[in-house]
Amino acid sequence: MEKPKEGLKDGHVSELYEMTATELAEILRTKKASSVQITESVLNRIDHVEGKVHAYVTLNPESALDMAREADRKIAAGDARPLTGIPIAVKDNMCVKGQRTTCGSKILANFLPPYDATVIRLLRDEGMVILGSANMDEFAMGSSTETSYWGPTHNPWNTDLIPGGSSGGSVAAVAAGEAIVALGSDTGGSIRLPACFCGVTGIKPTYGAVSRYGLVAYASSLDQIGPISRDVSDLALLLNLICGYDPSDSTSVPREYPDFTAFLTKPVGGMTLGLPKEFFSKLENPDVERVISEARKVFEGLEVKFVDLSLPHLDYGIAAYYIIAPCEASSNLARYDGVKYGHRAENFTGMIDMYCRTRAEGFGPEVKRRIMLGTYALSSGYYDAYYLKAAKIRTLITSDFKRAFEKCDAVFCPTAPSPAFKIGEKIDDPIQMYLTDVFTIPVNMAGLPGIAIPGGFSMGGLPIGLQLIAPHFEEARLVQLSAAFQKETDHHLKRPQL
Amino acid sequence: MKYEAVIGLEVHAQLLTDSKAFCSCTTRFGAEPNSNTCPICQGMPGVLPVLNRKALEFTVRMALACNCKINEFSRFARKNYYYPDLPKNYQISQYELPVAEHGWAEIDAGEGPRRIGITRIHMEEDAGKLIHDDKKPLSYVDLNRTGIPLIEIVSEPEIRTPEEASAYLRALHSILVYLKICDGNMEEGSFRCDANVSIRHKGETRLGVKTELKNMNSFRNVQRGLHYEIERQTALLESGDRVLQETRLFDPSEGTTASMRSKEQAHDYRYFPDPDLLPLRVGPELVEKIRKELPELPMEKKERFIRDLGIPPYDAGVLTASRDMAEYFEKTVDLFQNPKSVSNWIMTELMRELKGDETGITNCPVSPHQLADLLKLVDNGTVSGKIAKTVFEQMYATGSNPIDIINEKGLLQVSDSEELAAIIGKVLDDNPGEVEKCLSGKTKLIGFFVGQVMKATRGKANPAVVNQILSDELAKRSKK
Repeated sequence: MEKPKEGLKDGHVSELYEMTATELAEILRTKKASSVQITESVLNRIDHVEGKVHAYVTLNPESALDMAREADRKIAAGDARPLTGIPIAVKDNMCVKGQRTTCGSKILANFLPPYDATVIRLLRDEGMVILGSANMDEFAMGSSTETSYWGPTHNPWNTDLIPGGSSGGSVAAVAAGEAIVALGSDTGGSIRLPACFCGVTGIKPTYGAVSRYGLVAYASSLDQIGPISRDVSDLALLLNLICGYDPSDSTSVPREYPDFTAFLTKPVGGMTLGLPKEFFSKLENPDVERVISEARKVFEGLEVKFVDLSLPHLDYGIAAYYIIAPCEASSNLARYDGVKYGHRAENFTGMIDMYCRTRAEGFGPEVKRRIMLGTYALSSGYYDAYYLKAAKIRTLITSDFKRAFEKCDAVFCPTAPSPAFKIGEKIDDPIQMYLTDVFTIPVNMAGLPGIAIPGGFSMGGLPIGLQLIAPHFEEARLVQLSAAFQKETDHHLKRPQL
Repeated sequence: MKYEAVIGLEVHAQLLTDSKAFCSCTTRFGAEPNSNTCPICQGMPGVLPVLNRKALEFTVRMALACNCKINEFSRFARKNYYYPDLPKNYQISQYELPVAEHGWAEIDAGEGPRRIGITRIHMEEDAGKLIHDDKKPLSYVDLNRTGIPLIEIVSEPEIRTPEEASAYLRALHSILVYLKICDGNMEEGSFRCDANVSIRHKGETRLGVKTELKNMNSFRNVQRGLHYEIERQTALLESGDRVLQETRLFDPSEGTTASMRSKEQAHDYRYFPDPDLLPLRVGPELVEKIRKELPELPMEKKERFIRDLGIPPYDAGVLTASRDMAEYFEKTVDLFQNPKSVSNWIMTELMRELKGDETGITNCPVSPHQLADLLKLVDNGTVSGKIAKTVFEQMYATGSNPIDIINEKGLLQVSDSEELAAIIGKVLDDNPGEVEKCLSGKTKLIGFFVGQVMKATRGKANPAVVNQILSDELAKRSKK
């Protein structure tokens, strides 16, 4: 029997799967439950709701329970770390040694990575319980998780709706209680957009803060792994775990990171949030407008000041993104050719034909579209007009933000222009689909950290998210502001009825 | 000839780093197929490259030796094309911003020294190898070579003859080997060359249509390929035809070239900056550090040998053509301070054994120490110069020490005056007629007597002592 849960505040005793990692860590520490019990609770929940949600591509209950038993041994031996024994879902684009990693694609449908991604190694070292790989848009190309070869993931708040994408599976799992926390990746909004649509908390850290080693590349200069959770306390724990320099990733930045949990209780009075007029002039949805203005009042109640500002090149963000990301993708995805691993066409005449058939059969339409866009834009004679110009716009957007941060501590805006839309609504209209990311893409273009937190609900009861954007490597500031907001509000405590 | 050729060369040199350019796999040659590979050089999903700093240092070393300007910032770029020996289907290379530009190398193709401009030197990764099945329509991929660091050295189109091309290649080859950054093995492909060649009327400043030549895997084949191609292009123009821009493959067995792909079929490599690798900074400190560590280069060494050691220019050229040969010479000179004598021995006796191939010095069974010992034994009269040549042959064949061979074979020079006087006395006594003729003015017969003494001593008599005693003895007999 599944009942809607309103969290702990109403005095209801939650099931283990409903709790946050922070709460479960305390339960594990005080031996009120074991990691095996927690994992079983989550697996049981998956049994009940996965048929409606389809959050996972591959579930590994047996290896999850093995990890849980190992975690319990660690806890018993006094070797527990903050997230030991906590079940986590990882997006299907992070390599887990020996466990199928498909990137939501037919072309990798049978691919077993021979190595662990750096983040997976960190999860293992921490003693976390990896449940399986979560559904995603094919090669992270999409905003709805509809382009997955394995079929769409459904929004737990209304299963007729998309959960957002591309990390839709990771986010839906956390929202539906099919995982306590999750890892996603964000190239143009792929963590923040679904977090917004599913009423959970997700952050895209600064580019270079989390190792990309083992993350199947979509657009290398934009991709970034980030955590997804039900509240910002859990997010802080995960940031502590995954932020850090990795010598295996040349774009990883060697620096020290603070203890993010120390920022959960810091006051925010006196801080300034910037309101970029280019974002707000785009707001057409009354629900989003209402949620934004209510959230603003909450912050004002915390003595946070607001300042109007301008990010003049924001309007070119999507156009430039849809040059740079496909260019990189066209090269990154060239390796899927049927020679070494993954899908290979069965019938072919010669090498070129094998390449053509393998790729024609293995990739879905959105991936093909982006490969073609990128191949075209990089072609001889077009490079300067497209790639180079897009790279210049990127630099301009970055300096726009830099100027903005002279006036404010963080930029405040919506995460998405509307709440979640229907499955099938935009899948045949790529431009409309691309526009969903209008508020999130500029953050990737500038390499900044951006957080999406639940801000409220539409009149129809759908979650609506807020976005806060901070200067490079100021994730702690986002944790601080979000924690203050979540202390004043209960949007993040609401759970979907399934 | 009313035409002149315009030749530019692209040289690929494999760097002698222990590990690959972007992963930690070993670069050892000859391992089982695909054993020197890892997820990174196999192009697995999700892997990332990390630059081997040693490869960068080696590149800078070559760039400085070729008088290049080192770019403080350079960038890796992806060169995109599909081929099964390239697991990512792009090669990490450099395009707009190479490590170094604007250098030159000095060559001498027999018409005096001349500088050939070097456009750029950049780093890239090698591809794997395809192995084709003889019987079935099947190909196999060996990725052991994939990711081994390469440098590409691009010359200006300033080379005018196949001989100059060969001299330029030899100059680069020798510098690379001197710097110990490439083993220079052309057969194994550690040193490869493609050529761009066009012809034009002498005096014309515009360039003609060029062809690109591939698959010339020796200095000689580069010369052959270029000769053929220049003749082919000349014949085309003479007969009123046009040269087509294309890539042509050299066939070493026929000595000809054949079209591989036309301009229309040329790849569009869609270069763009590799987002997985940060811009590369080579600061002045690093450049200076590497410059200080540069060894003496072949040209400098040759000039020093001529200037300070009095070695003739031709010999100095041979002695410095390979680093190992130059080291052999210098080590020997350290132990026996007569450079001219050492040079003569190497140029004649040693080169005869090496059959003219100076690179064979690497495996020479006679060490510099042993050669110096032999020369000392000649110098102090223990053995004659003539006998020494026999001893050297023995040393080369067996690797034994000269003194052991001399003792074993009883080749010690006889310098003892009393012993020689007795032998000379006997020779003169046995040939009274010749003594008579000699004393009456036929002094050429002295040579005959010396020959008889040598015969009697089996060549071991010290010629100087023999000459002295012989003239004393003849003088005595004339007075009688």
